[in-house]
Amino acid sequence: MSQQNVGTLDIERIRSDFPILEREFDDQQVVYLDNAATTQTPDPVIDAMSDYYRYTNSNVHRGIHHLSQEASEAYERAHDRVADFIGASGREEVIFTKNTTESENLVAYSWGLSELGPSDEVVLTEMEHHASLVTWQQIANRTGADVKYIRIDEDGRLDMDHARECITDDTAILSAVHVSNTLGTVNPVTELTELAHEHDALSFIDGAQAVPNRPVDVKAIDADFYAFSGHKMAGPTGIGVLYGKQHLLEEMDPYLYGGGMIRKVTFEDSTWADLPWKFEPGTPQIAEAVGLDAAIDYLEEIGIERVQAHEEELAEYAYERLEAEGDVEIYGPEPGPDRSGLVGFNLESVHAHDLASIMNDHAVAIRAGDHCTQPLHDKLGVAASARASFYVYNTREEVDKLVAAIDDARQLFA
Amino acid sequence: MGMGSDMYRQQILDHYKSPRNYGELEDPTFTHVGENPMCGDEIRMDVKLDDEGTIERVAFSGDGCAISQASASMLSGKLTGKTVDELLEMDRNDIIDMLGVDISPMRVKCAVLAEKVAQDGAKIHRGELDKSKTSTED
Ligand SMILES: Cc1ncc(COP(=O)(O)O)c(C=O)c1O
Repeated sequence: MSQQNVGTLDIERIRSDFPILEREFDDQQVVYLDNAATTQTPDPVIDAMSDYYRYTNSNVHRGIHHLSQEASEAYERAHDRVADFIGASGREEVIFTKNTTESENLVAYSWGLSELGPSDEVVLTEMEHHASLVTWQQIANRTGADVKYIRIDEDGRLDMDHARECITDDTAILSAVHVSNTLGTVNPVTELTELAHEHDALSFIDGAQAVPNRPVDVKAIDADFYAFSGHKMAGPTGIGVLYGKQHLLEEMDPYLYGGGMIRKVTFEDSTWADLPWKFEPGTPQIAEAVGLDAAIDYLEEIGIERVQAHEEELAEYAYERLEAEGDVEIYGPEPGPDRSGLVGFNLESVHAHDLASIMNDHAVAIRAGDHCTQPLHDKLGVAASARASFYVYNTREEVDKLVAAIDDARQLFA
Repeated sequence: MGMGSDMYRQQILDHYKSPRNYGELEDPTFTHVGENPMCGDEIRMDVKLDDEGTIERVAFSGDGCAISQASASMLSGKLTGKTVDELLEMDRNDIIDMLGVDISPMRVKCAVLAEKVAQDGAKIHRGELDKSKTSTED
C-alpha cells in the first residue's frame, strides 16, 4: 500500500472540503500538523450535523411523533454504520461514549471494579496513553489488583518476550494501544490478544490512533473491547465508541444510571434496556452520532487504505527530511509496516515548547509536550517532545514548511 | 511574524544561552523547588538574606524552555537588594515587564515559574505556607 503515490488522492479537492485550512495567521496559511490531537472536520460532516439540527432535531427513543422517529432512526443507524466500519456484529456491540477516555472508564468501572481483586493483574504497555494508564492504575489501586507494564525496546517497539512474561494466568485484562500516539508504533494487537486469551484474560485495545487511518477489523483482532474517538477521524468532538463482544456487554452491569437505559423501574429496583442502550443513559449525543456517520462516509469515499497510504508516505518523507537534519532525534520505529503517520521528535538545541512557539510563528501547528504519555517520556529521558502528525489533506510542501521552521529555530538558538 | 519571534528577542536568548546566577548557593536562607507540569520544566531557587532580611544573593538551577530559564536568570539579578516583602508583592505583570516581550497566553506559566518558586520559598520560610513542591497549576 505504501508504494502508492500521494498523487492518487485528489488533494486539492479534499482540501476544498476543509475551509479551516485556508486560514492565515500573519499572512501565512496555516499548516495543520496536529492531527493526532484532533483532525479537521470536512464540510459534509458539518453539513450533516447542521442539517440534523435544522430539519430533524428531536429527542430519541421517546417521542411518538415524526421528528423523534427520524432522530431515533438516524441515531440508531449511526451505530449500524460504525459496526459495519469496524467489523462488529451489529449495533448491540457498539456503545457511543464521549471519547476514547470514557470508553476506557466504562469498562474499568463496569467490569473492572466488580471483577478485579488482589490476586489479579492488569497488564498495560509502557506506551499507554493516560486514558488507559491512569484509568487502570486507579481501578487497580481501588481493587488491590497489580499493574504490570510490557517494556518497549530501543526502537520503540513492544518487547514481545517481555509480553509473554507479563501475561500469565493471573492476568485478568490486557489493555494496549493499537497505535502509539507518541512513538507511532503499530502494535501486534492480534498477537497480544491471542496471548491474553491463552491465559483466559480479556483484551482491551485503544484504537484512538488506528481507526482514523487504517482498516480495523475488531473480529480479526478478536479484541474483547476496542475504543476510539470521532474527533480524530474527521468527525465531531463529543462522540467516542466502545466496541465490546456482545456476551461480555450482556454480563456487565452499567455504571451510569438514568433514563433511556432502563427496561422497568419500580420504587425498589430497576432492570436494564437491551444493548447498546443499557450503556447510554440520558439524552445521548445525537447530532454527533450523525456527524460520525457522515465522517465514516467521507473516509470510505476516499478509501481508508488510501488514507493510510497517504499518511504513511508523508510520515516517511517527514522522517527522511528530519533524519537528514542531523541534530533531530526521532522517536519510534523506522518507517515501515509497524509505523504510523506521526513523527515525534526533539531538536537537540531547542526545548520542544520553544520549537512549537517558533513553528507557530510560521503558522505551523504541531504539538509539544508529554502527549499524555508522561511515564513513556520519563523512559525516553525527556520532559517533552514535539510531534507532527498528518491526515488526508496534508501535503509534502507542508512537510517542507515544517523543516524550514526547524531550520529557523536552530538558527535563532545558535 | 507573530508573537513567537517577538518572544525570542536577543535579551531572552542571551539569558537562556548564558544564564546568570546559575547553580546552587552554599548557605541559602531558603531554597525551594517547583515545576510547570505543562512542560515538565523544573526550577530550584536558592535565596540568601542578609541580617536586615534583604535579599543578598539568588541562584537558580534546573532545566526548561528558553522562557522559563531566561525568566529565572533575569529574576535572580532583579531580586538582589529587594526585601522579601517586595518579592512577595511582585505579580505576573512585573515578570512580563522584566522580560520586555509579549508572552503568548500559552507560555505565561513558563514565564512566571521562577517567580512563583521564589515567592513560595519565601512564604514557607516565613511559616505562611506548608508544601514541599510548587506547581504552576496550583
Ligand atoms: C492513543 C490514544 N488513546 C486515547 C486518547 C484519548 O482520546 P480522547 O481524548 O478523545 O478521549 C488519545 C488522544 O489523545 C490517544 O492518542
